[in-house]
Amino acid sequence: MNDLLRLAEEVVGRAERGEDVEAYVARGHDLEVRAYNGEVESLASASSSGIGIRVLLTDGGSGGRLGFAWAGSLDGDVVAATLAEARDNATFATPDPDVVFARPDGVAAAPLDLWDPGVAETPTERKVAMALELEHLVRTHPMVRQVDSADYGDERVEVALASTTGIRATSRRTGSFISVSAIVGEGAETQTGTGFSVARSPGGLDIDAAGADAILRSTRLLGATKAASARTTVVFDPRVVSSLLGVISSALSGEAVVKGRSFFAGRLGEEVAASTVTLIDDPTDPRAFAATAFDGEGLACRRNVLIEDGTLRGFLYDTVSARRAGTVSTGSAVRGGFAGTPGAGCRALTLRAGSLGQSEILAQVGDGVYVQSVTGMHSGVNPVSGDFSVGIEGLMIRDGVLAEPVREVTVASTLQKMLQSVLHIGGDVEWLPGIAAGQTLAIGEMQLSGS
Amino acid sequence: MPGRGRGLGWIGRHDDYDTAVTDTALIEPDVLERVLSAALVGGGDMAEVFAEDRQTSSAMLDNQKVEELSSGRQRGAGVRVVIGDTTGYAHTADLSEAGLLAAAEAASAVARQGGGTRIVALGPRHAAASTAAILPSEVTKSAKLELLSRADDAARSAGAAITQVSVGYGDSRRRMLVATSEGVLAEDDQVRTRFNVSCVATGDAGMQTGYETLARTEGFEVFGAATVEEIARAAAGRALTKLLARPAPSGEVPVVLAGGSGGILFHEACGHGLEADHIVKDASVYAGQVGELVASPLVTLVDDGTVAGEWGNYAIDDEGRPAARNVLIENGVLTDYMWDYLRARKEGRLSSGNGRRQSYQHLPMVRMTNTFLLAGDEDPDEVIAQTPRGVYVAKLGGGQVNTATGDFVFGTSEAYLIEDGRITEPLRDANLIGNGPEVLRRIDVVATDFAMMPGTCGKDGQSVPVGCGQATLRITGVTIGGTAA
Repeated sequence: MNDLLRLAEEVVGRAERGEDVEAYVARGHDLEVRAYNGEVESLASASSSGIGIRVLLTDGGSGGRLGFAWAGSLDGDVVAATLAEARDNATFATPDPDVVFARPDGVAAAPLDLWDPGVAETPTERKVAMALELEHLVRTHPMVRQVDSADYGDERVEVALASTTGIRATSRRTGSFISVSAIVGEGAETQTGTGFSVARSPGGLDIDAAGADAILRSTRLLGATKAASARTTVVFDPRVVSSLLGVISSALSGEAVVKGRSFFAGRLGEEVAASTVTLIDDPTDPRAFAATAFDGEGLACRRNVLIEDGTLRGFLYDTVSARRAGTVSTGSAVRGGFAGTPGAGCRALTLRAGSLGQSEILAQVGDGVYVQSVTGMHSGVNPVSGDFSVGIEGLMIRDGVLAEPVREVTVASTLQKMLQSVLHIGGDVEWLPGIAAGQTLAIGEMQLSGS
Repeated sequence: MPGRGRGLGWIGRHDDYDTAVTDTALIEPDVLERVLSAALVGGGDMAEVFAEDRQTSSAMLDNQKVEELSSGRQRGAGVRVVIGDTTGYAHTADLSEAGLLAAAEAASAVARQGGGTRIVALGPRHAAASTAAILPSEVTKSAKLELLSRADDAARSAGAAITQVSVGYGDSRRRMLVATSEGVLAEDDQVRTRFNVSCVATGDAGMQTGYETLARTEGFEVFGAATVEEIARAAAGRALTKLLARPAPSGEVPVVLAGGSGGILFHEACGHGLEADHIVKDASVYAGQVGELVASPLVTLVDDGTVAGEWGNYAIDDEGRPAARNVLIENGVLTDYMWDYLRARKEGRLSSGNGRRQSYQHLPMVRMTNTFLLAGDEDPDEVIAQTPRGVYVAKLGGGQVNTATGDFVFGTSEAYLIEDGRITEPLRDANLIGNGPEVLRRIDVVATDFAMMPGTCGKDGQSVPVGCGQATLRITGVTIGGTAA
């Protein structure tokens, strides 16, 4: 990692008079194994590295001009060409006084240890065996017709960031996962279900739980039919809640707010959700999948309260969107690797846990629909207007328990109304892959659309 | 007869598979031969080197400022070794012989039975030149930026309610090479250009969004036929229209899809389900259905990577096969699936030219190219006039499918009510949900106004550019997920 920081510092050292330079250098190793029908279908391993360079021309007087270039290589001549290209790109940008690089703000980085040597130390043979074991476990279940895929994957990522404005940051993390997709059903009927497990290293993965989850989720849909349209209470599975929070998060980005692309814009201090809703983004929680000590501009990540007891308290800012909003960065710059530039976003959203477990929530709800999975979260949910419409698979809730399965139906509302109509928040918090935790969530007054 | 609308060309680029020559090779043939031999040293049925040199440039104008001009360069190669049903893969950004040999060794780790020395001899080089008339790299950055401001002006002039406009430009040039132990040596030079405008309109009932995109496998000449002002006005118009929109209905309704509104219906309803990787795993509702009636007799569905200029067009696929025109469904009868090297080999046939990958860092798999429904003979206006009540979809957003069950969704981004055979009120965005085979049987009329639309298709974590197309058509019943009872 030190070699990455040295390279970043070396690039920054080439800044000319009248410009700021920022270099983001990353290196990754990953492995992916896919098992099928008792055999290894594929084994792919790779290392990659790259650099993203931002140049800010500050000599214009009327504001900075920003240019960016990236390359998937750390070779000396490539890095030099990338710096030159970023510099050239900057000459074409519109001068903007709000466009500046982050400067150290005195907030100390959380001491996070996200690197587990188990990823590198576990032999490939063991990782292959885990994929095969998972595939075998699910395939040999009497109700399973086919295992579409059973995968093992892991990654090691190291990042270094330096700038002429005093930023020096390094971070590294490991991750590993297994996932399996089961196909069940006889004759014309087919149902599918996916199970997975994620951890910092292979030792933390739970093969039995992932397999059992895929089997439960597929078999309980057998016999699913289209339900009748109704206005009803919807109970979302923790996995669905994690992706739902991910969608809501784009409306909590300060960048979306200052550019008038969020339904939360102008509503700070207002009641935007039921009083039980407290929503926090805390990337310093090591349980979070995307936990990190430093944000995409090298500032320390921190805990930010976004909604407190139903009241909108704040947004997530990077340096530029914060200046536009007349405030300071919340340490929330995110960037999509070395080929991306920073923008404001969340990493580790979670709802304050309630006290009820899933079965207690179902009992409280009495009648409604339980949503196991959704489709079309991106084609049918609009974080600007708030319109929400997704396809679902799940089970009806009757007399407080899960009843017959349903398919080929949608549930719809608006995100604004859904937040106000939260009935129960589960205590069953699960840290899932992605940018938000999941837990059972019950929302009233949604439109179920079917036959 | 497809080919109406938007000036589609139907000349297969693989006609000149043997002729054109590109610049210098990414990797010399003698190096490739040695790397392929090394990849098979532990055994294996086939080894492949896929090399790529991709240059991209993009620009973004947001809130009336050029926020970001970006350039990217990615070069590297992946080595694949196939032994029985097992594939080993490794990639490297180091295109030197040493770098490639290291990748070959890593990829061959899956083959352990020992194969000894195999001499690989490559066949003649087949190199397709770029079809771009004006390479974007030869256009000044200022000229690209001027397009952004023109689009911003046009969108803002569309109405005072337009409160936010962002405009994006991007181009990419992807030079690639495929060499295999079976002797294939093929190269392609793919140039793509895209332009998109996204608007927010604000009214009494909140904000609405509108989006329009132009994306072609062409160079800068793409801006000759379509003006950026037209793209901007379409995006702005969509956002403005929806300010007056009422909630979409819920329940099953007849749906009329406008020509070119989104062949994404077919992409999701059956395209993915006709990819042979799902078929060989019995993970598609269309497995075992060749020769069966799977759709209305009005449905003839084609996947065609040779359609010049379309977003999913290329000369050579990412496994070295020429792009082809493949008829998937003919008059409602399933005729064939789409194939890549591995799945075709299993069936003892040739790939259909559908082996694609996002980059050298990815394994290839079966992917669509340009997938479209051939036009019918009805007048599009008549289709609406003959629909007493229903929903008219002028533009679709994205979609998603579970290939094993056939259930799929597709979202509207511009839709209206049809009442008494006339288009009336605009509707807010919603998803429609249906089952592929059921929806295909419910198509009862197809019109003449064929048009294509570009899209990005995601599968198993890999994104590739694709085209979709259809003429105005009607589905007798599909479930729309609005909030109105």
